[in-house]
Amino acid sequence: MGELLVKQAGLFTTIQDLGRFGSRKYGVPESGVVDRYAFRICNLILGNSSNAAVMEMTFMGPVLKFNSATNICIGGADLTPKINDLEVELHTPFQIQAGDILSFGKRKFGLRSYLAIKDGFQSPEVLGSRSWLHSITGKTRLQKGQVLGYQASEAMINSSHAAIQVDTDYLESKEIEAYEGPEFVKLPKHLQELIFQQKFTLHGDSNRMAIQFEETFQNNLESIHTSPVMPGTVQLTPSGKLIALMRDCQTTGGYPRVLQLSEFGIQVLAQKTPGEIVQFRKKL
Amino acid sequence: MIKGKTVSRLGDRGILIEFSQDISENTLKTILNFRNRLLESEFEQKVEITNTYNSLLISYPFTIRNFYSEFSKVSSILELTNISKSFKKRVFKIPVCYEAKFAPDLETVARLRKLKKEEIIELHSGSQYLVYFTGFLPGFLYLGGMNKKIATARKETPRKMVERGSVGIAEDQTGIYPQESPGGWQIIGRTPLELFDIKLETPTPFVAGNYVQFFPVSELEYFQIKEEVEHGKYEFQMIEMNG
Repeated sequence: MGELLVKQAGLFTTIQDLGRFGSRKYGVPESGVVDRYAFRICNLILGNSSNAAVMEMTFMGPVLKFNSATNICIGGADLTPKINDLEVELHTPFQIQAGDILSFGKRKFGLRSYLAIKDGFQSPEVLGSRSWLHSITGKTRLQKGQVLGYQASEAMINSSHAAIQVDTDYLESKEIEAYEGPEFVKLPKHLQELIFQQKFTLHGDSNRMAIQFEETFQNNLESIHTSPVMPGTVQLTPSGKLIALMRDCQTTGGYPRVLQLSEFGIQVLAQKTPGEIVQFRKKL
Repeated sequence: MIKGKTVSRLGDRGILIEFSQDISENTLKTILNFRNRLLESEFEQKVEITNTYNSLLISYPFTIRNFYSEFSKVSSILELTNISKSFKKRVFKIPVCYEAKFAPDLETVARLRKLKKEEIIELHSGSQYLVYFTGFLPGFLYLGGMNKKIATARKETPRKMVERGSVGIAEDQTGIYPQESPGGWQIIGRTPLELFDIKLETPTPFVAGNYVQFFPVSELEYFQIKEEVEHGKYEFQMIEMNG
């Protein structure tokens, strides 16, 4: 087993796969990578299984030291990854030697970057997933001095996997694709139009549970009986705050659900930083 | 579509079915009957079907490929009428210690409701509560059926930390904190049981449609049971009857 030593933790770094599926009945959040596209691409490039656990890094990357050979691939946001101080390209397999140090520099674009490793990170599986979530795995985020396991491997990556077309346009997109949510029809007509015309600024108080927006959206919708919500559900509070639920969200909620982001909408929104301005675009 | 039921899309990975908007045992039974029917059908992916008071959510792990075929399958099942079936009624007995140490708000509730503490305990442990669903936190049960005489508003200032196992009242609801959490419920007791144990393959024995009933235990019994729970020796007490 290879070991990776965390020399610096970064701003908010976790281990994630596609999340827990089938435990909603126990009230367990789904969790999993916020940007499923970047996750899929990185694992594909390494020839990993489709659910191999990766490291999700937010805004500021960690500093990591590998003690054995392996292959890695980094994708999603560009946080300027460097191996032993030499910049490496995104979406490209890279062979790691024992003693190599991976660090990150300036953020160029996007918010969440993904580090995939050959055969995935081997953190314990709980309820069918390796994704970290405090109430389930006891781990909240990466800590300095922590050691993570991986399968050491001297093998080179078959270059056919590396020839995958990667579309990174979504990282710059400001349009968030959204379906009408279950309570959309309860909004008065002018608000049904306004919600797709107004621009919304991402609030600093955003995380893996939810992304909030600064603008208020005046409304007089009543709260609803506690009902199902999913990642991508956009709730509207009585004070007019829009809350877009993300992967670590609860399974139920009582605020009206005015929009439901498409998976692509979640992927785009996941890569926006606080202060950025977005607009919802109606998907039928 | 049948009156009182609507089927809609919840994004790329969900189909939402909404039933009449009342909160009742009958509505829950109707919903669970439809859920059981839906569970017998084949979906394009391995789905999970969960309920709340008025809804069923069919959630898919990945984007639904053939939405219209899935949608019409669901709609045709919902056209069925008369699918009610009697349930076996399962009542789980949950020990609660209502002594002062574990019940910081029992006195407040008694004062606000103009009842004696013993009466609050008697009323709280005298009802069978229907489990509508689990949500909010892993293992948190939405229970119905509390006696209105002990309904009490939430605390004006929520506590920063409520101990795991705390049993509380908020408006006309009662509930158990499955884990330590901030919260504003009036805490009137604590159970030594683990309501959500991640070490178990099935982390909680409760499912929608079950009932729970609390029974008072002394502080000594609380610690005895807690020790059994910690050593994996405690077995949930459950009574089964034809409903």
